[in-house]
Amino acid sequence: MSDLSHAPAPSRLQKVMDSTMMYSFRRNPVAVASLAVFLVIAVLSFLAPLIAPYDPYDPASIDLMNSEYPPAWVNGALPEFVLGTDDQGRDLLSTILYGTRLSIIIGLCAVALQAFLGITIGLVAGYVGGRTDSLLMRMADIQLSFSTLMVAIIFLAVTQALFGSETFNRYAVFFLIAVIGVAEWPQYARTVRATVLAEKKKEYIDSARVLGFGPLRIMIRHILPNSLSPIFVISTVQVANAIISEASLSFLGLGMPPSQPSLGSLISAGFDYIYSGSWWITVIPGIVLVVLVLVINLLGDWVRDVLNPKLYKG
Amino acid sequence: MSLLSVRDLTVKFAMRDQTVTALNSISFDLAKGERLGIVGESGAGKSITGFSLMNLLSRPGYIDSGQILFDGQDVVQMSEKALRSVRGNRMAMIFQDPMVTLNPVLTIGQQMVETLRAHRKLSVEEARQIAIVKLREVYIPSPEERLEQYPHELSGGMRQRIIIAIALLLDPQLIIADEPTTALDVTIQADIMELMLELCQSNQVGLILITHDLGVVSQMTERTLVMYAGRIIESGSTRSIINDPQHPYTQGLINALPQQTLPGHQLRQIPGNMPTLAQVPPGCAFNPRCEFATDTCRSQIPKISQYGDVEVACHEVHRLQTEPAREEEQA
Repeated sequence: MSDLSHAPAPSRLQKVMDSTMMYSFRRNPVAVASLAVFLVIAVLSFLAPLIAPYDPYDPASIDLMNSEYPPAWVNGALPEFVLGTDDQGRDLLSTILYGTRLSIIIGLCAVALQAFLGITIGLVAGYVGGRTDSLLMRMADIQLSFSTLMVAIIFLAVTQALFGSETFNRYAVFFLIAVIGVAEWPQYARTVRATVLAEKKKEYIDSARVLGFGPLRIMIRHILPNSLSPIFVISTVQVANAIISEASLSFLGLGMPPSQPSLGSLISAGFDYIYSGSWWITVIPGIVLVVLVLVINLLGDWVRDVLNPKLYKG
Repeated sequence: MSLLSVRDLTVKFAMRDQTVTALNSISFDLAKGERLGIVGESGAGKSITGFSLMNLLSRPGYIDSGQILFDGQDVVQMSEKALRSVRGNRMAMIFQDPMVTLNPVLTIGQQMVETLRAHRKLSVEEARQIAIVKLREVYIPSPEERLEQYPHELSGGMRQRIIIAIALLLDPQLIIADEPTTALDVTIQADIMELMLELCQSNQVGLILITHDLGVVSQMTERTLVMYAGRIIESGSTRSIINDPQHPYTQGLINALPQQTLPGHQLRQIPGNMPTLAQVPPGCAFNPRCEFATDTCRSQIPKISQYGDVEVACHEVHRLQTEPAREEEQA
């Protein structure tokens, strides 16, 4: 008996490891594999300056004479370029590592911006209600009735023309984050508003008001934590979407410049050479992009299944 | 001076096509440390009264007219900021269902500390110490451990004790308890009621107990209001209302108690239902269900006035008293 009562309290890490979510994660091979692949891609790309054999941003290390060497397993390859080189003679492996890092950063930052805008607007709309709600949600509807890409293309094309491509190329990362972030906030706002409407009616909100808490505190400290599961679910999907949007825009020539390629601009640059036989410049970054988006979406599916009480099987 | 003084409080609900009156000229007083019961069927306006006292009605409800003087200040006229310093701090409220009144994602400790720190300038550690003391007061075993737990880890009775502890955290002068034990099973109910009675008496806290359980009212309160369709129809000391009800509705409520019927006999329930607020009958709202109703009852709204030990709103109360012993004949 005394053994039981004196058992040491489980540590925080132990609690997390024993939670239902971790249990479900361990039991789901797809989720485990997806997370592993995602982590490998993310870690490699974020360590790019340390592990990449060449620096694709350094013009001095690039020799145009090295252009369009095929990957190592194809005849006529140079052994120092494992994945071959692109049209400018950059090592494709290094360029992909740097490009993936850029794509992931843009994706995460854009989603952070979307989440910030969408959660704020959704909370206010849902909690305040009435005219404020109608106004904000009609804004969201209007925004949703334009396709994201269309808004982004117009915005980026106009800024490119306005600032000139020199300035635009220097700040392309920020423009991309801003445009993808602003274009997709209604997704968050709608989801958050719907959960806020459901949570607002619950009695613990009444009791918070009875305890004299102000609206800001109730929204942020009481309603928001109770609305987190749908936010998690859309966040994973939105990261994948943002990475794709970034790639599409770059592919269309409205994103990252060829001197600082992201995955999208690499695919786009290689596209011109696909008929001349240099398929690897497009295909290899394409595969990286597809795998990256796929594992994020698979993780998103798992998160949705775990956090949805209707699918919870006990 | 009384702690709480409600004068001609009228609450309306603006519905899409009409405005209905949920509370109609309610007036009552509560002395410091006094315990008042509000009884009535569902829809009589009991809970609305509770929320109005905090000025917490949400749309479409609003206070149309009247005064709620709490400690000399009119709650109806207060600014939102002043209201926030009253709510939770000087006036606390306990709700019906302890399973849903605690925030599911915060630990008990976080909720208690947050409440304290919202009203007082305290460090987290000081707030925790106060929380532990309050949890001891409501007989929670090993309060230090409870502070780390989430609401779902605790039983219903335990949670209601914690809710009472939260209500008492800031030493309020008034607690409004809206059916505090309805969601609990009977043995726990008795414990919780005993606890509340003890705490109110020892801390000189005023209590407004909203319930439909006359048994609870008779144990807990000194005075009782009986409400029907948004009006007070009878008020007075709990003892006289339970032992000698004057209004036919109150009589009906007491006769409907299972203890009033011999085993094997049918319960004497009041026929019919409370009218919906949109269709309150003319005259006395109770007249369609009242066996003593006359033409006066169907056309004129009775005024509440002193009759014997209690105040009652009934045209026929004199006649009822001169025709005694009807109940006994029937039984």
